[in-house]
Amino acid sequence: MALSSADIERIAHLARIEISAAEVADVRQKLDSIFEMIGRMRAIDTTGIVPMAHAQEIALPLREDVVTDSDRHELYQNGAPAVLDGLYLVPKVIE
Amino acid sequence: MITAPIAELARALASKELSSVDLTAAVLDRIEALNPRLNAFIARDRKRALVQAQAADARRAAGDATALTGIPVAHKDVLMTAGWKTTCGSRMLENFVAPYSAFVVEKLADAGMVLVGKTNMDEFAMGSSSETSYFGPVRNPWNVEYVPGGSSGGSAAAVAARLVPAATGTDTGGSIRQPAALSGVCGLKPTYGVCSRYGLIAFASSLDTPGPFAQTAEDCALLLSAMAGHDARDSTSLDRPREDYARLLSASRGAKPLAGLRIGMPKEYFGAGIDADVGAAVEAAIAEFRRLGASTVDVSLPNIDLAVPVYYVIAPAEASSNLARFDGVRYGHRAAKYDDLADMYKKTRAEGFGAEVKRRILVGTYVLSHGYYDAYYLKAQQVRRLIADGFQRAYRDCDLLVGPTAPTAAFKLGEKSDDPVQMYLNDIFTVAGNLTGSPAISIPCGFDRNGLPIGLQLQGNYFSESLILDVAHRFQQATDWHRREPADIALETAR
Repeated sequence: MALSSADIERIAHLARIEISAAEVADVRQKLDSIFEMIGRMRAIDTTGIVPMAHAQEIALPLREDVVTDSDRHELYQNGAPAVLDGLYLVPKVIE
Repeated sequence: MITAPIAELARALASKELSSVDLTAAVLDRIEALNPRLNAFIARDRKRALVQAQAADARRAAGDATALTGIPVAHKDVLMTAGWKTTCGSRMLENFVAPYSAFVVEKLADAGMVLVGKTNMDEFAMGSSSETSYFGPVRNPWNVEYVPGGSSGGSAAAVAARLVPAATGTDTGGSIRQPAALSGVCGLKPTYGVCSRYGLIAFASSLDTPGPFAQTAEDCALLLSAMAGHDARDSTSLDRPREDYARLLSASRGAKPLAGLRIGMPKEYFGAGIDADVGAAVEAAIAEFRRLGASTVDVSLPNIDLAVPVYYVIAPAEASSNLARFDGVRYGHRAAKYDDLADMYKKTRAEGFGAEVKRRILVGTYVLSHGYYDAYYLKAQQVRRLIADGFQRAYRDCDLLVGPTAPTAAFKLGEKSDDPVQMYLNDIFTVAGNLTGSPAISIPCGFDRNGLPIGLQLQGNYFSESLILDVAHRFQQATDWHRREPADIALETAR
């Protein structure tokens, strides 16, 4: 399988990572080599094999629906790039 | 004295020959002197460390000490450490101060360990050489032209250079065991779920496993006993009875302490592609196990050759999801200039992440994207099952599996950094342990023609940590590979 430049641009958009025109060729060449290595896995017959999502087959634990944590938003927002009145600031999205 | 293993330091602390304040101050001086050459540490804090050391000495005076009280430790910078910068070796988190601590960080602090610093690593734990850190590459203490392995290369190099007696790491595809092998120390990856992932900044959640680095298997047992435990804040943390992982180590069993033990030799671990010196060192270690009373049995691990391809679908898929949180809004880096919100995300992530992290996010995004999920992600999970079933069949005939941790000893800085697939193949013997979720240790077993350490991997079935540690300990009582140290003089004169 070989990826096209359009594939790279599509994935980069989905991943929200800017890739400059100058970078596309190198990214494409490296991803191609990775997918060639991954491709070996696709040759094996896995009909009827139950996918293994996790190392331990355990039921997801549940807890009571009660508040257990205190309000620490100031501490957590200390490291945010832009905050005002407890709100995260982002560029305007609605006119 | 300060370069001794934990067990010896603990005896000196208990008998009052040594105080934690003196030990910690000496450790900090040693880091100061040798770290500039190794770049093993990203952060250090003498003042806070000495306050903790004083508290440890007071705790001991009050008769409330554990085996680890007063022993210095360093944490991999992927583990949240309250009040400390926690960077994951990334520009994205260059100035991020953790608001809380990881479970394993809390547990080692509860035991009275003294935190001296945070260790360097491959960015977001993605790598096998510790070269991709935003803060520069880590160097191998045995030869600073070589890599220490990765991604926990800072922790491995710090223990190898005897800068600290103990360090934490995380292992997603071999990131504890492979650097332990390349740096000549012991590194243990426990069973998935034994150590909580709470506060471990996620890379691949179904594979990420915290674990210890130390000079000896005995020290790893002491550390794991303190790090393990159930934690409701990690939904995959296992609720099991507490275990003393060092309990088997002190039993006296005569000249054949491994009598009755069946060690499996997977034929796939002894084939082509393994460096001759690595192969010879592993064979010599197996001969030692036989001398200690163990028997060996040939086994096979079908489909193990597909472990690396499967891993490079599952780990990037999970990474692409986990690293979506770094968006320039809630924490970390934000680009200075952008047109709108979408452009802000894209520029922030382009600037904040390094090349390898971006590559894995792109691979993961692709394999999860519309039309490709079944062909890649689902397929990989099915082959993961086949690989895990192969291990279960092997364990019908043996108690442990043995083989090299990595196909070669350390390679030179820059040698593989432009070829991701060559870099990924370093983990050919370690990734399966993460896919299955079973425990494994790497211990030193020799040196190659360049004088670089070689690692031996012992793998076991789920929850066999005590057995693995006991077998490693018996080997270390009969050999001295783990006592070999890189010469300080090499580090000092190379400056």
